[in-house]
Order: sequence, then structure tokens, then C-alpha cells
Amino acid sequence: MIGLLQNIGRSSIGFLERTGRATLFFLRVLAGVPALMLQFRLVLAQLYSVGVLSVLVIVVSGLTVGMVLGLQMYNTLAKFGAASSLGPVIALALVRELGPVVAALLFAGRAGSALTAEIGLMKATEQLSGMEMMAVDPVRRIVAPRLVAGILSMPLLAAMFSAVGVLGGYLVGVGMLGVDAGAYWAQMQAAVDWRGDVINGIIKSVFFGMIVTWIAVFEGYDAVPTTEGVSRATTRTVVYASLAVLLFDFMLTALMFGDTLI
Amino acid sequence: MMGTRTIEIMVGVFVAAGIAALFVLALKVSNFGQTSVRGGYQLTAKFENIGGLRAQSPVSAAGVRVGQVTSIVYDQKDYEALVTMTIAPNFNRFPSDTSASIYTSGLLGEQYIGLEPGGAEDFLKNGDYIQLTQSALVIEQLIGKFLVSMSEGKDAQR
Repeated sequence: MIGLLQNIGRSSIGFLERTGRATLFFLRVLAGVPALMLQFRLVLAQLYSVGVLSVLVIVVSGLTVGMVLGLQMYNTLAKFGAASSLGPVIALALVRELGPVVAALLFAGRAGSALTAEIGLMKATEQLSGMEMMAVDPVRRIVAPRLVAGILSMPLLAAMFSAVGVLGGYLVGVGMLGVDAGAYWAQMQAAVDWRGDVINGIIKSVFFGMIVTWIAVFEGYDAVPTTEGVSRATTRTVVYASLAVLLFDFMLTALMFGDTLI
Repeated sequence: MMGTRTIEIMVGVFVAAGIAALFVLALKVSNFGQTSVRGGYQLTAKFENIGGLRAQSPVSAAGVRVGQVTSIVYDQKDYEALVTMTIAPNFNRFPSDTSASIYTSGLLGEQYIGLEPGGAEDFLKNGDYIQLTQSALVIEQLIGKFLVSMSEGKDAQR
């Protein structure tokens, strides 16, 4: 009994310790961000590996998610003779929730794991301590550009996901199932609000980008510098980042749409 | 390892594609650009029941969109809903006895205010109040009335 309590206490203290270390690390990285304005080239290279290389998975998933939404929603809506509201249903689902959330989950799997593995291996092969020896701060040189690139590319990826998803819904709804094309777009435009829905979705994705990259770079930087440690850190990144995205999505949704959702 | 130039070009394409996606969301998916009627004039009207009308619902005349609902408040004096709408400045020739009704586009569509011009000589201007209004059709009330009239008809036959 006492042993169980001790275990709970130890893991709670461990969790708090890690959270505290992650927060301090985040502040250190943020302090390195202003200096990046002079060295934007570093961010550019990371934008490539974090953003550009994630485009394919985001676009393909967006298209299939939109197509599946079209297929599934059509069946239910057609029962009520409301097949023409297919457009708003797909667009609202994508712009408010699925775009930011699914894009962030894919981003955690595609880019987050790569970031952790990269930084973890740099630590394991003592490249980070080598930099410190040369009086180069690895947090500023390695971590800060990756965080900035993650925050910048996430909203762009989420916007692509939503746009391609709406297109996928159009292909299935209008092309296959025979919904009227005019009704699809017109009802969508009547239902989706630029500020209330699209901008809030973008704000969400900025948050998600920050959380996912933060967890990824921290796990990499904090990894045990062995082969096993890096592999564990990579797994932890994907798990924690995905859970954090879902949890924050609930909170952000409650804050943003709490009063409009009836 | 790829050259810096290639990376820069790819990042440029990525950012451009992301911004293009935002534009698609703005112009094709959402109501960006048609939401706010700038520099229009305000009209108010009172309705017994507004049904599903909400702020930013369209205001149209003869089916053409001329403005939007800006606010809906409950008037505690008359127990009615006070609806404020903004009409675009180029539609400034509504006669002062114009009436306002709440319609539904299609059976299940969104609700909007339809303006029907009257025959008066002078026109509505900023801050004017529309006297003649017709509330939204609430389906439950209609069914209720229908049921009552049915049973009354049966009673009369007996």
C-alpha cells in the first residue's frame, strides 16, 4: 500500500519536474528567437524539412478525409432530403476541427518524430556538446529555428488540409453523388464565417504547431543519449504531442465556439 | 544534400501554396468579403417572433441581397424582438411604408428578411423604423393551429 502511494508520488513528482524543465527550455528557446531574424537562412532550411516534406501526407490525407466525409454525410443527409447541406457540413467540420486537428496529428507523426530523432541523435553523437565547446549555443542554433519553422508551417499545412478536403468533398458529393454544384458552394459560403470559423481554425493550428514542435524539440534535447533513449523519446513525442493536441483542441473549441455551438 | 537554391524555391512554393489555400478558404469556402456592408444605413423593425433569424442573416428585396441583420435584441416593453439591419448605401430608395417579413429559403434553409416596397413618396433613411412586419412562420405553431381548426371542424359537424 505504502509502496503504491510512493509510486504515485514518484511519478507525479517526475511529471512535474519534466513539465518544469520543458517550460524552462521553452523560455530559453523563445529567448533565442529574436536573434533568428538576422539568420533567417536557418529557419528556411527547417521550413523545408518540417513544412515542405509534410505537404504530401497532408494533401493526400486531406483529400481522402474530405471524400470520406462527403460519402458518409451524404447518406445521412439524403435521408432527410437535405443533401444540399453537404457543403456546409463538410466545410464546417474541416475548417473548425478536422483541418487543424488531423493536420497536427499527422504533423506530429511526420515532422515531430523526425525532429526528436534528429536532435536526440545530435545529442547522442555529442554534436550538441561539440557546439557548446565552440561557444555556439545549440538551443539558439539548432532548436530555435525548428520551433519557428514548426509554428510557421502548421497553419499553412492546416489551411491546405481544409482546402483540399473541401475539394475532395466536392469531387465525391458533386461528381459522384449528384449534389448540385451551385448549392454546394453557395450554402457553404452562407454557413462558414471567415472570422468565426476560418480564422479560429487558423489560430488553433498555430497553437498546435507550437505545442507539437515544443514537445518534439524538448524530447529530443532531453533524450537519454543512447540508441534506445532516442527511440523512446521519438515514441514519446508522437504520443504526447497527439494527446496534447486533442486536449488543447477541446479547450480551444470550448473557448472559441462554446457560445455558438448549441 | 540539395543546394540552397532548390531549398529556397521549394520553401517558396510551400508558402505560396499555403497562402493560396487560405485564399481558397476565404473566397470560395467562407463568406469573406460579403459579410460586412460598409457605410450602409440602419433600419429597425420589431417582430413578434424571429424564428431562426440571427445576426448576419441576409436582408433581401425581390430576392436580391441588399443588406444584413446587424443585431437582434429582445424589447422588454413590447415583448417583441427588435431587429437592426444595415442596408448597403446604393439601395436607398425604399418607400417609407416598406414592409419587412421573415422568410425561409427553401424548406430547411436559413432565414432571411424580405423587404417589400410600398407606394409612399418619401424614402426610408438612416435610423428609420419599419412599421409593417410579418413574423417568421414557426412550423410548430402552424401545426398547432391546423390541429385546433381540424378539431373545431369536427365539433361543428356533430
